[in-house]
Amino acid sequence: MIVRVLEEGQYEIDDANAEVVERLDTVLGDALRSGDEDTFSATLAAVLAEVRSTGRRVEDTTIVPSDLALPHPGATLAEVQALLADDAESAIDRR
Amino acid sequence: MSVMKRLSGIVQAKANKVLDKAEDPRETLDLSYEKQLEQLQQVRKGVADVATARKRIELQAQQLQQSATKLQEQARQALAQNREDLAREALGRRAAIASQLDGLKSQHDQLVTQEEHLVATTQQLQTRVEAFRTQKETLKASYTAAQAQTKIGEAVSGISESMSDTGLAMSRAQDKIANMQARAGAVDELLASGALTDLSGSSDPLQAELDKGMKASQVDLELAQLKGQLGMAPPAPPAVGAPPTAAIGTAAPTQAEPSAPVDGSGAAGTTDGDTTDAVDGEPVSDEPRAPTDLFSLDQGAGA
Repeated sequence: MIVRVLEEGQYEIDDANAEVVERLDTVLGDALRSGDEDTFSATLAAVLAEVRSTGRRVEDTTIVPSDLALPHPGATLAEVQALLADDAESAIDRR
Repeated sequence: MSVMKRLSGIVQAKANKVLDKAEDPRETLDLSYEKQLEQLQQVRKGVADVATARKRIELQAQQLQQSATKLQEQARQALAQNREDLAREALGRRAAIASQLDGLKSQHDQLVTQEEHLVATTQQLQTRVEAFRTQKETLKASYTAAQAQTKIGEAVSGISESMSDTGLAMSRAQDKIANMQARAGAVDELLASGALTDLSGSSDPLQAELDKGMKASQVDLELAQLKGQLGMAPPAPPAVGAPPTAAIGTAAPTQAEPSAPVDGSGAAGTTDGDTTDAVDGEPVSDEPRAPTDLFSLDQGAGA
């Protein structure tokens, strides 16, 4: 499974470790819905650490799409909500 | 639904747009590549914008430093003329400059971080675009409709993700710059008007009081030092009831400048109009950082 960390790069994760990532992803989603900033930040840090430590960095010359993506390290709950909002695409296009 | 799945869908949204336009998958490859070259140019411009904002702050810091030097000299002259009131006023303004420099320093630090990050991101994208170009030609050469569609889709999705990601990084950098423009404009006005008192604009009354006391104690110390130099009075220990001089060290920050010259290879290549073969290792770096600590004043008026 390929996971992109925004503004950092892609990592390839083995199936065994993918389960851990997916479990943390669920916690992340719950925190996002309930607006629990502390849990959100802690979980984001945990899933980042998991991806970085168990994943293999995808070379810059290898071009593959990702299965999952993580916000940029240190992203706040509000920033991620904005990313996921309907106008997220226009945020990407806004240059 | 999974946050990470949704986010990955969002960064891939661009890929679908490009794919929708072309009927022949081979055309998709070329369309995508054109977009990549456009994006590379934009991101180079983004790097240049951050560098411009950083340089503006460095220039302001230089101007504030000059004002501080001038005020210190004025304080010396005022004391020589027995005008302690004027000297106090000048040193008060000088203390206000120190807090202004403090604010500029934190903005400068943020911009340096953004700039370095954006340069790294651009170089990463450049590598990927170059790899895509090679892959594109291989795919076109070995093209058979049935098998190529999937591979082309993957390549285009993969590179589009990188482009979206870079675009997001650039947006964030530009937001940061926009936030700084207002404050930078205010400093420019202050410099132009010469009114360098009461700069803090602090919204917290308690902090404002604390800052005031801190500045006052620094002014007292610097007055004493100047007097000592001029032989007007013994270098007096702080009077009873005077604010503790230990606070003085915090009024004029002495942080070291993170001076990390990149490679000094010149401008960021923003005017490069070459779109036919643009992935040519165009340097995205910029000039070296400000070499000296622009953001703190010398300790004490007697320095």
